[in-house]
Amino acid sequence: MSTLSLNKASPDPSGGADPLARYRRSAHWKPLEYLFWLLPVAAYFLFPGNYLLLSQIAITGLFALSLDLIFGYAGLISLGHAAFFGVGAYTVGFLGTNGLGDPILGLVLAAVFAALLGFLSSFLLLRGNDLSRLMVTLGVALMLYELANKFTSITGGVDGMPGIEVKPILGLFDFDMFGRVGFVYSVVVLFVLFWFARRLVHSPFGQSLRGIHMNALRMPALGVPVNRRLVKIYTIGAAYAGVAGALLAQTNQFVSLDVLSFQRSADLLLILILGGAGHLYGGIIGAVVFVVINYFLSDMNPQYWQFWLGLILVLIVLFARGGILGTARQWMDSRRRARAHSRTGEAS
Amino acid sequence: MSAVLQTRDLVRTFGAFVVTDRVNLSVAAGARHALIGPNGAGKTTLINLLTGYLEPTAGSVILMDQDVTRMPQHDRCRRGLVRTFQINQLFKDMTVLESVALAVSERQGLGTQWWRPLARRGEVVDEAAAILERLKLLPDALETTRNLAYGRQRLIEIALALALEPKVLLLDEPAAGVPTGESQELFETIAQLPRDVTILLIEHDMNLVFRFADRISVLVSGALLVEDTPDVIAHHPRVKEVYLGESHV
Amino acid sequence: MTIFFDGVAFGMLLFLISVGLSVTLGLMNFINLAHGAFAMLGGYACVVLLNRYGVPFLATLPVAILVPALAGIVLEKTLYRRLYAASELDQVLFSIGLVFMAVATAHYFFGAQQQPLHLPDFLQGQIHLPGMDVGVYRLFLIVVGLVVAFGLQWSVIKTPFGAKLRASVDNQRVARGLGIDVNRVFSLTFALGSALAGLGGAMGVEMLGLDPEFPVKYLVYFLIVVTVGGSGNILGSLYAAILLGVADVAGKYYIPQIGAFIIYAVMVAALIFRPHGLFGRSHN
Repeated sequence: MSTLSLNKASPDPSGGADPLARYRRSAHWKPLEYLFWLLPVAAYFLFPGNYLLLSQIAITGLFALSLDLIFGYAGLISLGHAAFFGVGAYTVGFLGTNGLGDPILGLVLAAVFAALLGFLSSFLLLRGNDLSRLMVTLGVALMLYELANKFTSITGGVDGMPGIEVKPILGLFDFDMFGRVGFVYSVVVLFVLFWFARRLVHSPFGQSLRGIHMNALRMPALGVPVNRRLVKIYTIGAAYAGVAGALLAQTNQFVSLDVLSFQRSADLLLILILGGAGHLYGGIIGAVVFVVINYFLSDMNPQYWQFWLGLILVLIVLFARGGILGTARQWMDSRRRARAHSRTGEAS
Repeated sequence: MSAVLQTRDLVRTFGAFVVTDRVNLSVAAGARHALIGPNGAGKTTLINLLTGYLEPTAGSVILMDQDVTRMPQHDRCRRGLVRTFQINQLFKDMTVLESVALAVSERQGLGTQWWRPLARRGEVVDEAAAILERLKLLPDALETTRNLAYGRQRLIEIALALALEPKVLLLDEPAAGVPTGESQELFETIAQLPRDVTILLIEHDMNLVFRFADRISVLVSGALLVEDTPDVIAHHPRVKEVYLGESHV
Repeated sequence: MTIFFDGVAFGMLLFLISVGLSVTLGLMNFINLAHGAFAMLGGYACVVLLNRYGVPFLATLPVAILVPALAGIVLEKTLYRRLYAASELDQVLFSIGLVFMAVATAHYFFGAQQQPLHLPDFLQGQIHLPGMDVGVYRLFLIVVGLVVAFGLQWSVIKTPFGAKLRASVDNQRVARGLGIDVNRVFSLTFALGSALAGLGGAMGVEMLGLDPEFPVKYLVYFLIVVTVGGSGNILGSLYAAILLGVADVAGKYYIPQIGAFIIYAVMVAALIFRPHGLFGRSHN
């Protein structure tokens, strides 16, 4: 017992008389986070010839963020998250080819339709077991792919939907051919949605999702209607993915069938695992790594690329399960505890 | 003395196997009611039926004069029926404070709030801290659950239950896996709970049971053998038989 | 009626390929999304022998069975075994990684095109039965499928290995305590499942096609068979596979507009009405 009271009595190194101060401040923005969000700003000035690539990073990051919400936080695995991405992209496509090219409208409607699909499919997701969950997510995405493939006259099929018109953002900022406006636009949307997601994750709702992920059995015994919460987060995650798809369609002014492909869903899983799920930033970091490497290896035979992707995924699962951020955090935690042990060792 | 929790002919079968056999349990308001019986008698199953984790094959569960047989677990919990688990069911990667704060925030009905961080909600954090203090868990507040000793983790299990401000508390072997010295403390904490909290306790340690309970139900092979005061139970021949085998008088 | 037979034949192929996945899931609780890769391996083995070396079709089948079986044993011992205790998520991610690698490897060695396969003469043509003409090949598939299905079911019930298998599925710990070498049961079962998948893949080249995307293309089908049939349930997989095969073929024929969506309708219906499979799981 004496060592325990010693812990309590020892001063909190962060300088508060309240030993729980560290927890109370846990939702504050950390310095490293400010640094992180300066990176896109820096990139804007440092890489003026690569705005299209940078936009792709931001968009993929948003897409990965959407998966992190449902998977990293709520623990729902999806083999077909591209379904929502595709819905968002095609929404913009249809609007754009019918004179309704306002970008903000496109984002909003993309989010709405993706959310609707997410909401409807969430009920199937919650019935049955883990295996059927995989099946449902895979099946929904495949079904949409088939649907889009069937109506090639409308969707343009594999060759893509031609002639999507995107009007200037807020009537002021016209998309330029270098992708500069597109990049700023993508980063702003990513940041705003990230900010909302960050608040959500630290909120009571977000914490309950963590609880569901860690111990779904316990949650009803805490008075939590688990399915209702999961439906909510799945819908939100779908909406986010829809916005990401819309951004892609708007910045490229092009949509083709691959926005709905299994490859896209599987790559997304890899990206999130690579960066580390459940940290919010993991998806974005994974996106940076993935898109950049993909870019440099783009002249390589795509089959080689796929092989190494598969191998990386296998190795991560076997050896570095937490991904980049997870492993980093583990390392920092063990260092912190080693330091704390040596400190109490000295104190006693 | 009205019954705050009761079952009527509660039955649960798994195929041909009858795990709960027409149980008529009645727990009075404010009681310190113990449920004992040999291993495999179906005590945990009964708790699972009471809380809604399991659906009965037949019969009903009445909580505070309301038939809750069809009511889902989380709604029963909201009405004040709280349980602990025989094997710790905790949030291994959350800190102790995070876990209890989560329970408090759910009880306060904040579960759908998605804007303000939980950590910034003083009312929640303070209340969680108070509960931790009561159970002497405050020193470990910022420690991750999986790094704590099993006995300490057991206290978190209790803390979660207390955070929900139970009206009827079902404790499934709260001292299981806790070293003897610490289990005394645990029981003192439970004994200090106010009388408006009704407690139904599954326990194997007979010393603790007889010190704590004012009423005891004996469950054998899924059926209620007898329900009475500790004195009567202590001298009941059938109970002795069940626990000690054939009576060796 | 020919449609029905086609559907049943298709179902038999699905069964052959999926039964290994079902048993692996029921036995080790391992979700192996890469299972289709073993079928693909069997298919390519058959095609290579047939097209490049002129080996007769029937003679390629043993190879198509053995190669995936060996691959299965090796992979199970070296990789899969490490993940039996891992979370479902990890297993899914791992098997997706394997799928990527398998697909890429197939692309590399064989190119993206469909592999041509010329069935031997005796399997071509039709048999004239009263009331209908049945394709010989289809009949062959159905017969083999039924033989395998009932053979499996018989051996699971009657043979010592089958008893060990059932014991291990029911309760691993107790089975070990009884002296059953559960690890060996796992390895052999995995190998058997992969072998059957290989057989299905080889026999199915004519009907299912064979290209590097095979494991992904048919993944939903396999998952539906296992989910609807109940994991670990051999006869359940058979019935589910036949149901799915007939529904798919009939759908594509009678209502070509939405024929491709029939399997998704089946999937959704299965989940709505029987989320734990039409025939239940062999254990929880």
